[in-house]
Amino acid sequence: MSTAQRFLRNPQAMASSALLALIVAAVLLAPVLASHLPGAAELGKAFAGPEPGHPLGFDSAGRDVWSRLLHGGGNSLGGALIALVVALGLGVPSGLVAGYYGKWFDSLANWASNFVMALPAMIVLLASRAILGPTVPVLMVVLGVLVAPSFFRLVRGIVANVRRELYVDAARVSGLRDRRIIARHVLIVVRAPIIIQVALVAGIAIGLQAGLEFLGIGSGDAPTWGAMLNEAFQNLQRNPLLMLWPGLALGLTSAALVLLASALRDVLEDRGAPVPNPRAARRVRVDPPTTPDTAGERASLLSVRDLAVSYGHGATAVEVVRGVDLDVAEGEVVGLVGQSGSGKSQTAFSVLGILPEGGRVTRGSVLVAGTEVVGLPEKEYRALRGGVIAYVPQEPMSNLDPAFTVGSQLVEPIRVRLGSSRKAATERALDLLRQVDITDPRRVFDSHPHEISGGMAQRVLIAGAMSCDPHLLIADEPTTALDVTVQAEVLDLLRRLQAERGLGVLLVTHNLGVVADLCDRVAVMEAGRVVETGDVEQVLKRPRHPYTRTLVEAVLDDVPARPAWVAPRIAEVPA
Amino acid sequence: MSGSALSDPASARILDVRDLRVSFPGKGWRAPRVDVLHGVSLDIRPGETVGLVGESGSGKTTIGRAVLGLVPVSGGTVEFRGERIEHATGRRRRLLSRHLQVVFQDPYASLNPSIPVGETLAEPLHAQGMTGHDARRKVSDLLDRVKLPGDAAQRLPREFSGGQRQRIAIARALAIGPELIVCDEPVSALDLTTQRTVLDLLLEIQQQTGVAYLFISHDLSVVRYLCHRVSVIHRGHIVESGEAGQVTTAPRHPYTQRLLLSAPVADPAAQRAHRIALHRRRIEETA
Amino acid sequence: MLGFVLRRLAAGVFLLFAISFVSFVLLSVPHLDVARQLVGQAATQDVVDAKNAALGLDQPVLARYASWLGDAVTGDLGTSWFTSENVLTAIGNRLPVTLSLMLGVTLVTAVLAFSLGVWAGVRRGVVDRFVQVLGVVGYALPGFLVTLVIVLVFAVQLRWFPAIGYVPLTSSVPGWLSTVVLPILSLSVASVAGVSQQVRGSVIDVLRQDYVRTLRARGLPPRRVLFRHVLRNASAPALTVLGMQFVGLLGGAVLVEQIFGLPGIGSMTVTYTTRGDTPIIMGLVMTTVVCVVVINLAVDVLIGWLNPKARTA
Repeated sequence: MSTAQRFLRNPQAMASSALLALIVAAVLLAPVLASHLPGAAELGKAFAGPEPGHPLGFDSAGRDVWSRLLHGGGNSLGGALIALVVALGLGVPSGLVAGYYGKWFDSLANWASNFVMALPAMIVLLASRAILGPTVPVLMVVLGVLVAPSFFRLVRGIVANVRRELYVDAARVSGLRDRRIIARHVLIVVRAPIIIQVALVAGIAIGLQAGLEFLGIGSGDAPTWGAMLNEAFQNLQRNPLLMLWPGLALGLTSAALVLLASALRDVLEDRGAPVPNPRAARRVRVDPPTTPDTAGERASLLSVRDLAVSYGHGATAVEVVRGVDLDVAEGEVVGLVGQSGSGKSQTAFSVLGILPEGGRVTRGSVLVAGTEVVGLPEKEYRALRGGVIAYVPQEPMSNLDPAFTVGSQLVEPIRVRLGSSRKAATERALDLLRQVDITDPRRVFDSHPHEISGGMAQRVLIAGAMSCDPHLLIADEPTTALDVTVQAEVLDLLRRLQAERGLGVLLVTHNLGVVADLCDRVAVMEAGRVVETGDVEQVLKRPRHPYTRTLVEAVLDDVPARPAWVAPRIAEVPA
Repeated sequence: MSGSALSDPASARILDVRDLRVSFPGKGWRAPRVDVLHGVSLDIRPGETVGLVGESGSGKTTIGRAVLGLVPVSGGTVEFRGERIEHATGRRRRLLSRHLQVVFQDPYASLNPSIPVGETLAEPLHAQGMTGHDARRKVSDLLDRVKLPGDAAQRLPREFSGGQRQRIAIARALAIGPELIVCDEPVSALDLTTQRTVLDLLLEIQQQTGVAYLFISHDLSVVRYLCHRVSVIHRGHIVESGEAGQVTTAPRHPYTQRLLLSAPVADPAAQRAHRIALHRRRIEETA
Repeated sequence: MLGFVLRRLAAGVFLLFAISFVSFVLLSVPHLDVARQLVGQAATQDVVDAKNAALGLDQPVLARYASWLGDAVTGDLGTSWFTSENVLTAIGNRLPVTLSLMLGVTLVTAVLAFSLGVWAGVRRGVVDRFVQVLGVVGYALPGFLVTLVIVLVFAVQLRWFPAIGYVPLTSSVPGWLSTVVLPILSLSVASVAGVSQQVRGSVIDVLRQDYVRTLRARGLPPRRVLFRHVLRNASAPALTVLGMQFVGLLGGAVLVEQIFGLPGIGSMTVTYTTRGDTPIIMGLVMTTVVCVVVINLAVDVLIGWLNPKARTA
């Protein structure tokens, strides 16, 4: 769907832009629509109600409210437009240059922007009035300068990010000039946020402008919405209705602009379908396995039968796991291999009951140490997590809470789950760190996650998984994010812990080398299904399923090295 | 003329990096600069693939970026086709782009998500002054060469899989017939089977066009498959260089040996042997 | 942490100097003939010149700034040209009024915005939509318009609170309360709207983080994960917005104090700036900048405490 189509189908965008168009048209056509001059006063008619030719009645000086409203709109909107143009003209180019080239200009512009942002706008405007005089257009230029940092910061931030994108590097290597890179790759990214920001800032500028007029900053008789509100406020006791029209005009205009901004955000950034209500997802019925125990006897530690996992609802639902059978016996290491998107991580998450937002188990049975966990109430499930099943994630860094020390993250589950005292929990945590081969446990215990290396963080996560003595470990690509030398150490650690504690392990990985290193049995997944299960030796050496064969053949371990380079034949030198 | 130039062994190198140093500003105010490369040297001959193997933070990617002019060089020389380019900027760099290209690791980040594939491929052509019908024909030619359907040009990158996107990135690098392509981990973000097909595509293109590759990777087995020669980099130093067969199967430097033993192999018995050898090495190292 | 605070303080002092210099130079642009205003239209040019000399206005701008600065660093901001009031005393008398408004708004915002934001971010669905609409509307309407509506409803129609006037806290606590409730309410609308949107957004972000999943997988109760881990990580960006709102509030106070007739520094700004009373204007500018610097510092320290990684930046 194109942007225009999305805009036309978004009711909020259509309604707010229609309202704005109406207001702007009425203001532009003021001389036609209002038959009286905004300054023409009929003294006897002060505070008089509506009458033919004067649809909204008269103000305190006997002037026509309708005419003042339309003409005032011109001044109010015009003022905001000046501010907006100034802000755009200052903020966007400086943001582009600062974000793209950085260096001294960036430092300077950034400082200037922080300087301006630290100034309270209203007070500066009042001071400017003292200095520059009560000319509204001039004050609107000042207002434009004051709101320019909002554009500068927006553009600079986005451009600096785009600047670091690989596709910009690729364009430079392709021989494109900076101008062309900015025009092609950078502007296309900042366009939408700028449009959104324009609507937002326009709303704010109109509000501030009206505020100034309300304070009586403007130059006397020219009608504006703010000045009309001020006048109405002075006569609040006599006729509160006078506040209604300028208030409504101002409120509707600002609200329409901000609503348009938020609708444009949805339209331009194409957020896709709204997130389904997670509560609704939890109420969905789970079907029992359709193949009652055809896959043989069920293992005592973990047994999965006919597991299906779906994302989304109704017709748009996507099944990512379809009928998986899997068993892990006590003390057994089972590998779950497959390519990205094969559903192996989703299977692991279903066992732990921690599927991401929108995902749910739709069919099947999962027995963990004899307990059926599909449909198990959250509270009882929680009792299994940590104590019976534990989880080692893939990305070591993103799986530690950056706000807490490593130690407090280890101590917390021990205290909550085992009810230990702080002292006992600390002792235990230090002991766990020692068990995962950390040589200086006290230092690591007191560190924050950003102060330790990735390999160290993965050891900490393994220690955390061990903290409540689980029987079953679900390890989701536990070494994928690590360098090979660190990977070898972590694999050794997992092997040792598994042997010492007699752990059952479900090891999700795409690396057949890791499977060969650690696993007793292996299940191969393709497109949400298990296509082959068997002993590691058999699956890796004598695969039965064609897909497994493709996987095994793609391994480069035994390929012969490329033969030495030979000089290309030299062309004969023409005589 | 070309014959006499190429028969001279010194000028037969298409890329010659000598004692390259790169440093980055330190974190925090007035922090000293951090050296990433402490004088590395390597060279590539026409039509040759040289592998550069190292772990994260070793500086391997920085070498590639320095050659491409994407990071400032603080010392040493980079000679490309007999021309010193370590401080080349602006116009000279743009002229170089004819001969020197890149394929990045991340096929998702290296293509602008909001620009159709065909326009991305036409970019380097436009930069060289080719336009209109010629450019369009060349784009469909390129897509054909990397085995993508002809209608791919009108589609956006998000409609392609990781492997297909990497083919697009390769097509872009090939657009103006370069003599050297820097491949920065081009297959490490791909699945095993896709990895193999992309490597085979790179081999095939090299046989057809005689392009040379600087192939940066963390994976010794990938490098063994694709490269003629290999250099191993560790903490900004090149610790070992040699023929691919020797470095990736019988390395001499202890670090390379450890690297080789650490990578698990997909054969339980062989991996057991690997593991035992690695343990023995660790005991020897600590003793 | 101490080094960080000192660096920020040094930056704040530098900002203060820079702003004082720029303001002073701009204010010296002879737009309003202050001396003429003071001595009256009938006075002769000699009298006007004498007045100018008495105010030091015959000196070059830089010399005047230097002498102002010399006095300012010793804590003497001079006296008003028009009322001969001591600037520090005048501001000191009015500052508590404005600060009590600020404090009230910050409290209301902290409690309401965090509750609404967390509620919306965790429950999603209809609740979320409701809070979002509330946020957009609250943010969209110009502050003084909201204030006018509040006056109209609660003071004019319902007569629950006085529409105008101020009772100092020291003379009557209930009296003081009744005069600040409506101003605080008026100022809170926009800041609750803005901050609650930020809290909502960051709560949703943090809930999607890997470490939240890992904490759940360790068997920690959801409530504990929410209040200990999610809230702490979501607070930093919300506090930044709260700090920025505060700067806006100083401006908003101008209108609100004017509407409710409160003797704070906001209404003072309106009165004195129109006359071009340089010593008072400089005093007001300095006061607001000090407020801004102190608030930003407090926010930075708080964020540094919440998020250890920010300390090193």
